[in-house]
Amino acid sequence: MIEVGTVLDEKVFHLDRALLKAYADASGDQNPIHQNEEFALSVGLPNVIAHGMLTMALVGKYVSDFAGGSANVLEYSARFIKPVIVPAGEKVDLTVTATVAEAADGKISLTLSATSAGVKVLGMAKAVVIK
Amino acid sequence: MLNPDSVGSTFAGTDSVTLSQSEIDAFCAVIGESNTTIAPPTFTIRITLTQFEEILTRPEIGLDWSRLVHGDQKFEIFSPVKAGDNLTCAATIESYRVAAGNEIVSVRSDLKREGELVISAWSTLVVRA
Repeated sequence: MIEVGTVLDEKVFHLDRALLKAYADASGDQNPIHQNEEFALSVGLPNVIAHGMLTMALVGKYVSDFAGGSANVLEYSARFIKPVIVPAGEKVDLTVTATVAEAADGKISLTLSATSAGVKVLGMAKAVVIK
Repeated sequence: MLNPDSVGSTFAGTDSVTLSQSEIDAFCAVIGESNTTIAPPTFTIRITLTQFEEILTRPEIGLDWSRLVHGDQKFEIFSPVKAGDNLTCAATIESYRVAAGNEIVSVRSDLKREGELVISAWSTLVVRA
């Protein structure tokens, strides 16, 4: 039995330019702001940024791991409030934790936290899983 | 500018899509998922974003995709998808507003497998001023 208020173990993912390229190919989202620094700067971004959906996919892995597999994830939502900035040659962190918000009827609702370089990157991030 | 008459309307995607194991494998590899028998929870964005782009940029709807930012995203998964599933996608423009020159569009996409709704996904898209 998992009690409301339980804080789950933190997991740190690492993002670099190679991962962004791999995600672009896997998702089909080839927007150059996620791969081309010159282009990203030209549209007013501080550097190349990760796809919001890559951040959400990695946090989704955290949720699936907690739930015992992707098949147990019923709902998952997030707001993209700040970009994950990925400079060339660097590995940046995506640090994920969660708190149990509800636990009833075999379902658990999680409130998710995701930060990179200490900055909160997802807002209102929630998931409902079977567990 | 988005055609306001399109708000509330549902548009069918052009083609059905059959998921391949290799595309699920590639997505799983990026996130470090070793169980590839089921698509990860956000996998279907691969289908819905492509279908949205085709639908929302049709001349009669008129969204400017080049200045698009993803505001938020939600998935409800009624039945997980896997390789071999044949999916159709329909997009409903649920709301539209302009704030400080930015266009804010909420779109729901419904993915169906043999007519059965398997995943609904909500996306808020922002076209920057």
